[in-house]
Amino acid sequence: MSFNRKDLLGLEHLDRKEIQTIIDSAKPFKDMFTRSIKKAPALVGKTVVNLFYEPSTRTRTSFEVASKRLSADVVSIATATSSVVKGESLVDTAKTLEAMKADIIIIRHTLAGTPELLAKNLNASIINAGDGFHEHPTQGLLDLFTMFEKKKKIEGLKVLLVGDILHSRVAKSNIWALTKFGAKVRVVGPPTLIPGKISELGVEVFYNLDEAIKDVDVVNILRIQMERQQENLFPSIHEYVELYQVTKERLAKAKPDVLVMHPGPMNRGIEIDSEVADSPSAVINEQVTNGIAVRMAVLHLLALARNKGKK
Amino acid sequence: MLIQIKDIKIIDPSANINKTGDIFIEDGKIVEKLSKPADKVIDGKGKIAVPGLIDVHSHLREPGQEEKETIKTGTMSAAKGGITTVFCMPNTKPVTDNAPSVEYILMKAQKEGKVNVFPIGCITKGSQGKELAEIGILKKAGIVAVSDDGVPVANSQIMRRALEYTKMFNLAVISHCEDKELSRNGVMNAGKNSMIFGLRGIPNQSEEIMVSRDIMLCELTGGKLHIAHVSTAGSVELVRQAKKKGLNVTCETCPHYFTLTDDYVQNYDTNFKMNPPLRTLKDVDAIKEGLKDGTIDCIATDHAPHTQEEKCREFDSAPFGIIGFETLLSLTLNELVDKKVLSLEDAIAKMTVNPARIFSLANRGSLKVGSVADITIIDLNHKYELKKEDILSKSKNSPFIGRKFKGCAVMTIVGGKIVWTLKDGIIN
Repeated sequence: MSFNRKDLLGLEHLDRKEIQTIIDSAKPFKDMFTRSIKKAPALVGKTVVNLFYEPSTRTRTSFEVASKRLSADVVSIATATSSVVKGESLVDTAKTLEAMKADIIIIRHTLAGTPELLAKNLNASIINAGDGFHEHPTQGLLDLFTMFEKKKKIEGLKVLLVGDILHSRVAKSNIWALTKFGAKVRVVGPPTLIPGKISELGVEVFYNLDEAIKDVDVVNILRIQMERQQENLFPSIHEYVELYQVTKERLAKAKPDVLVMHPGPMNRGIEIDSEVADSPSAVINEQVTNGIAVRMAVLHLLALARNKGKK
Repeated sequence: MLIQIKDIKIIDPSANINKTGDIFIEDGKIVEKLSKPADKVIDGKGKIAVPGLIDVHSHLREPGQEEKETIKTGTMSAAKGGITTVFCMPNTKPVTDNAPSVEYILMKAQKEGKVNVFPIGCITKGSQGKELAEIGILKKAGIVAVSDDGVPVANSQIMRRALEYTKMFNLAVISHCEDKELSRNGVMNAGKNSMIFGLRGIPNQSEEIMVSRDIMLCELTGGKLHIAHVSTAGSVELVRQAKKKGLNVTCETCPHYFTLTDDYVQNYDTNFKMNPPLRTLKDVDAIKEGLKDGTIDCIATDHAPHTQEEKCREFDSAPFGIIGFETLLSLTLNELVDKKVLSLEDAIAKMTVNPARIFSLANRGSLKVGSVADITIIDLNHKYELKKEDILSKSKNSPFIGRKFKGCAVMTIVGGKIVWTLKDGIIN
């Protein structure tokens, strides 16, 4: 197996083989979920810490469930209850956790580069669970896993990312993963929410959703944050809905077997029409299930690499 | 003390001198010959003597932020870098917008400083950008320029008045050019890298809009405008055009803007975070071109010390700024002289005679007879690696730690006194 890293900080620097290894390792874990005993002993005696500096329900729960299904001891820390409110620095907080012999620290933070900061300062393995506008590698991996499962092959697949690309770590991780596997990635949104240099990553830029959605195999809809309107990035939610909501009519322009994805949590009636969210094309709940399998794979591979490192 | 420096190569751009000979120092001044035998004879063979380097942009942090730097440690660091005069920016706590603050800095420098410290006063009271500071009184107290560095004057009318009012004192207004609305929340250069790293960007235009505005105000008023830390290709071009028009505009850049690009931010190392931010190769090349054709007059450090605790934070949360005294000369030698961007004479001019002329420093930046004996002695062949533990500044926030250099100061003489040598360190 080709995975020999201490940390998972992003997908930018992983090669195709490493990503494939994670995807392949996730499959048996997913098969396990249909069994009555959904537990493997891979991480017995290991301590996993969820360090979340940003509210999150699904990612944190997903990592918690994944760790527990691998028999790890897992602790979750939300910042409101930690010493962060007393002014402790991020590195000191993390070093405290390491002193408690945490093997793997999963961090979610509002600021980009925080997982790197921990990785540089700690011996524990760091998993990036989303940092600012930078990356959300396990989301990128679970999206890729879902596409593999449904479409068998990524090469040549037309994948459209809709919405706030500028502030989206999900978009970034998706772009890195998909382009490495030869997908044709399109992004669509208002120019204020699309970074000017994004085409340099090998993606095609659209401002018109009706054009962008033509003949695509996958539509991945990003959550729109209400506060972006206050930053004058678009005039109103009303206008955003008018221009960029994925509706049944718009979806009809995509391939008949199009997959509709959303990293959640969804704003029904804003970026996605309820009818679309509940349609057979939508795989949004399956993404959640797959997320656990992919995160188990990541935890398992990092633990294996740690053991190898110790020998 | 009477000093004779023997058989040294003398490079003095103020007098177009490049020859081997002796330098004589008596009563703190450069003299034709000594009245008595020398107390100390320095063998200058293989070395170069240049006028003491003048750094027109630094932050000494005293008073108010002595945890980062003091006048004592800052000037020790400058002495080690071969710098004999530093200008210190007024964004101390309190800010230098009143005579007692200027006097305090000068008194501390007199007592504990290793090199000359020339304070810069505020443009506006409290650097608030609302009312002009008492610039006449500040001038009397000893400032050499005015600036609201870090908090640029946003109001064009006030900037206009500042450029007009300072004319009677022949004081330059040093402008940190930044449209704060355009750069809001930005922490690095806006571009491909900021997109990839997920960091908010500061576009070149946030600098260039203000460079344009200030050049126009300079044209309107006839005041003396000096643009601080030029970092973009666009700013270089704007200054070039302004100079062609004959406007009273000068500018500086810093070694990091001709040495590094925003690629270095990739590991979120906060020692690569400064304002203006590191730009792209295109900008680096334009800065070099500007240095070459004379558009850029000075090389300054923007020495901005910050503690380890402050810098060991999330990239967004860490303060802007890097130290620079101890790498100014070596970077200039290695990146500009060795790479044939500038001749050694031209490079030295940008740290000696040019700043002395722009800021009207009498008898400095020159080795002519009668000048103050501020002298930097350079060994072009001395090789070293910058190590954290060797840094004399109180703060260690340098992006150049671990870098190998060839050429540096080996002796610094301020007012006829040897204040530092490579062998003995700081001399008390």
